[in-house]
Amino acid sequence: MLCKGVKRKREEEEEEELTSQDWWLEEATPSPSSEEGAGPAPLPPSSLFNLSIFKLHHGLRRGEPDLRHLVLVVNTLRRIQSSMALEPSAPEPPCPAPADPFPVVPDTPLCTSVSALLDDLSHIEGLSDTQTAFPEDAPLSRPPDPGLDPGRPAPLGSLELLLEDGLEGLFDDIDTSMYDCELWPNLKTDSGETEDKIQGPGLDVSELDYLMDVIVGTQTL
Amino acid sequence: MIPGIGNLTQDTLWCFSQVKGTIDIGVTEADIISTVEFNHTGELLATGDKGGRVVIFQREQESKNQLHRRGEYNVYSTFQSHEPEFDYLKSLEIEEKINKIRWLPQQNAAYFLLSTNDKTVKLWKVSERDKRPEGYNLKDEDGRLRDPATITTLRVPVLRPMDLMVEATPRRVFANAHTYHINSISVNSDYETYMSADDLRINLWNFEITNQSFNIVDIKPANMEELTEVITAAEFHPLHCNTFVYSSSKGTIRLCDMRASALCDRHTKFFEEPEDPSNRSFFSEIISSISDVKFSHSGRYIMTRDYLTVKVWDLNMENRPIETYQVHDYLRSKLCSLYENDCIFDKFECVWNGSDSVIMTGSYNNFFRMFDRNTKRDVTLEASRENSKPRAILKPRKVCVGGKRRKDEISVDSLDFSKKILHTAWHPSENIIAVAATNNLYIFQDKVN
Repeated sequence: MLCKGVKRKREEEEEEELTSQDWWLEEATPSPSSEEGAGPAPLPPSSLFNLSIFKLHHGLRRGEPDLRHLVLVVNTLRRIQSSMALEPSAPEPPCPAPADPFPVVPDTPLCTSVSALLDDLSHIEGLSDTQTAFPEDAPLSRPPDPGLDPGRPAPLGSLELLLEDGLEGLFDDIDTSMYDCELWPNLKTDSGETEDKIQGPGLDVSELDYLMDVIVGTQTL
Repeated sequence: MIPGIGNLTQDTLWCFSQVKGTIDIGVTEADIISTVEFNHTGELLATGDKGGRVVIFQREQESKNQLHRRGEYNVYSTFQSHEPEFDYLKSLEIEEKINKIRWLPQQNAAYFLLSTNDKTVKLWKVSERDKRPEGYNLKDEDGRLRDPATITTLRVPVLRPMDLMVEATPRRVFANAHTYHINSISVNSDYETYMSADDLRINLWNFEITNQSFNIVDIKPANMEELTEVITAAEFHPLHCNTFVYSSSKGTIRLCDMRASALCDRHTKFFEEPEDPSNRSFFSEIISSISDVKFSHSGRYIMTRDYLTVKVWDLNMENRPIETYQVHDYLRSKLCSLYENDCIFDKFECVWNGSDSVIMTGSYNNFFRMFDRNTKRDVTLEASRENSKPRAILKPRKVCVGGKRRKDEISVDSLDFSKKILHTAWHPSENIIAVAATNNLYIFQDKVN
């Protein structure tokens, strides 16, 4: 069930993100719920998507990411994304929903999450300097992966796989009408736009390329 | 009662034996135990921790005066196996945490074990010295060199007893062969080779050769964007030196035969259970990811651990396991929260008892579970300082999943998810188990009637 949302100010978003960050970075692991016999409030797929994006982002910020963790999170993101792409008019059931394995979520959190992730890239320190040469196998015998050459258009990597129609449509227009309380019959599905174009008016796509470099660069360690 | 065999709940009562480690409230990260392993006779018990240290306990000789008390394990040797390193090429720290320890079969007076962190495997020799030579010709008693011109007679050095000293020396260092994090090592039954597995590759080593290894499995895709699966564990068959298995993050197990080809990318057998559609969720893949795979001692079965279950597979049947045991199915409704706090990614290990009749694995709240394959009975026990009186019988624990909670039950929501039993070990022939609870090592034995 969709309700009228309020577009939060950027400061509020950052504050919430920081708070969430702190909680996830806490050592003490709280039990899932304090209510006896009742499960915790299940997260809607959109929140799961945001959470997964955060985990991906957090995992990439580590010195050397845990590949298993990364792959599992990315695969989960793919599942969520593919379910979010189905049935745009269906209501949003709680998760997990075995009876309805493909719940539907609006497109809003997708844009917000990825935008927030890209915004946060400016806080990543030193990754651009370290992700240059990754000799594999015999450490000194192979040249650096050419995919990391900043001069070359970087492949989109995992995020492209998450969003079937590519990212350019996502950043073409941050449509504020998404925050209105109505289902979107005119959902932007980026029809007709190719995967190669990553254009967005007023958007710094170099940051997107940088994210892809980070993802692909990490995966070619 | 035949050691290692027994009806789990009727004949076997588990008692507290010992606990190693501090009881400080705060846990030093370096002291967290990361691996536990008995040697082939059960005489030695090795632990590795996050600080890169290895501690070996030795079982003391059983006293004729205290027949009711089995030999206790006391510290035999402690050494720093791995140090933190820095990879200058990648500007990355390499953790010193010991991921795995594997013993080699004893062939002489010394003991040998393999220990590994994320990148480097080391072969350690642990030997005793209880004599020392005295009466050198070229050195005096203080060790100073004598002027050969002053030596007028020759003498034969004699061995004199000294206080027992146990020394650990690194005999081999197998480095620079893994781009990704090593998760498993396994000694081959030929006792000449072993394998090391990381997220994407498995290498075969000869113990005598450190500057090269054979790559026998490589699942790295040409385009890393296509990466969807990693290797999570690997083990050699206990009897057939050409056979090994490796598990994946997608819940599959592949059995490979090294005689088939040099690169075992094509499996000989592929074990996978079809997904249950009624349990399907966003987390299906994560909870199906196998965290441990172990051959039975007989070599006929393999056991796998995923997030919620332990499964036993017959090597002759690939399409489904022959047995499935629920470890903590009450967590199935909590997967969202467990994904949030990353507990869903915890990697639990599993072990067989000596006769392959009972299997054991860990859970949360310092609980661990045993399943008797013959009687189909199971028990939940707890590694806790509260039950640490000598020879105190462990009381079975029960988790209440809903409804009215009984007096001695614990509700799911009260479980402490920071207390996780990831590493356990079972003595090769007796009912003695070692359970690692964060920074403490518990040793339990069955009650000797």
